[in-house]
Amino acid sequence: MSSVTASSGFSVFRYAAPNVFYPLAGRLVPLFALLAAVLTVIGLYIGFFLAPTDAQQGDSYRIIFIHVPAAWMAMFLYVVMAFWASIGLAFNTRLSSMMAQAIAPTGALMAFISLWTGALWGRPTWGAYWVWDARLTSTLILLFLYLGFIALQAAIDDKRRADKAGAVLALVGVINVPIIYFSVKWWNTLHQGASVKPGGSSMADIMLTGMVVMVFAFWMYAIAAVLARLRSIILERERRAQWVLDAREQGKL
Amino acid sequence: MQWGSIENFLAMGGYGFFVWGSYAVTLVIFVAEIWALRNRRRAALGQIPRPSDAGRSA
Repeated sequence: MSSVTASSGFSVFRYAAPNVFYPLAGRLVPLFALLAAVLTVIGLYIGFFLAPTDAQQGDSYRIIFIHVPAAWMAMFLYVVMAFWASIGLAFNTRLSSMMAQAIAPTGALMAFISLWTGALWGRPTWGAYWVWDARLTSTLILLFLYLGFIALQAAIDDKRRADKAGAVLALVGVINVPIIYFSVKWWNTLHQGASVKPGGSSMADIMLTGMVVMVFAFWMYAIAAVLARLRSIILERERRAQWVLDAREQGKL
Repeated sequence: MQWGSIENFLAMGGYGFFVWGSYAVTLVIFVAEIWALRNRRRAALGQIPRPSDAGRSA
């Protein structure tokens, strides 16, 4: 049993094998979940009890502590998903494709949260829940790309073919991410420009601190959720593999 | 404490509906995702064939 996993010295590439990655992910999930919980408590404490009321927007701006983290994670996760999907496509590595599949639902939820919180922030500040503005529309397209990826994968029975079709869709959709990011520069939009950019920030320090802590909280949550889902996907796809049967007999699933 | 009272905190300077509407839905989504992940894991574990299934046709 252990001869499979302990062969030929240490290499990060050995983690590309689902049977090696499965237990590693199992140890990482609670760690990242704990980090997410601790950072959320700290971030929300800063956001609601240390950060002052905004001079222009009043307390409506406090939506920023979940809106920006969700929006950033929605974009970031898409790029990571497309990266792993393309690695799976190019090198035929099963775990890479499973990773892409594991990221999609969490990415879609992040995109939805960014749209939902954006709508509830837009109403008091712009007077409308929704406008067909470049930033909002391209984020809606991001949500549809995630949903399309999930639907396409679910529609194809042969898992490896589903991975390849999904990878093509994910790669084509990557073009949308820089469009979202630069939309506030390229077009006249209602959405404000980037508050945080290289070389400085237009926000008060304590507000920025709370937002950054929440970005890390969402990041840690996303890692925990994706790894937990990846473990289930590994089990679903490899349920007839000997290592799965052996691990169950040993109570190590 | 900048809020003074729990009422003021919940009111969010008149933006309570928008702020709490954002946070509540976000919380519901994360709880639902964690719940779905647990269910998926349980289902995945249940799909693994038992040794006792070996004799029977699949």
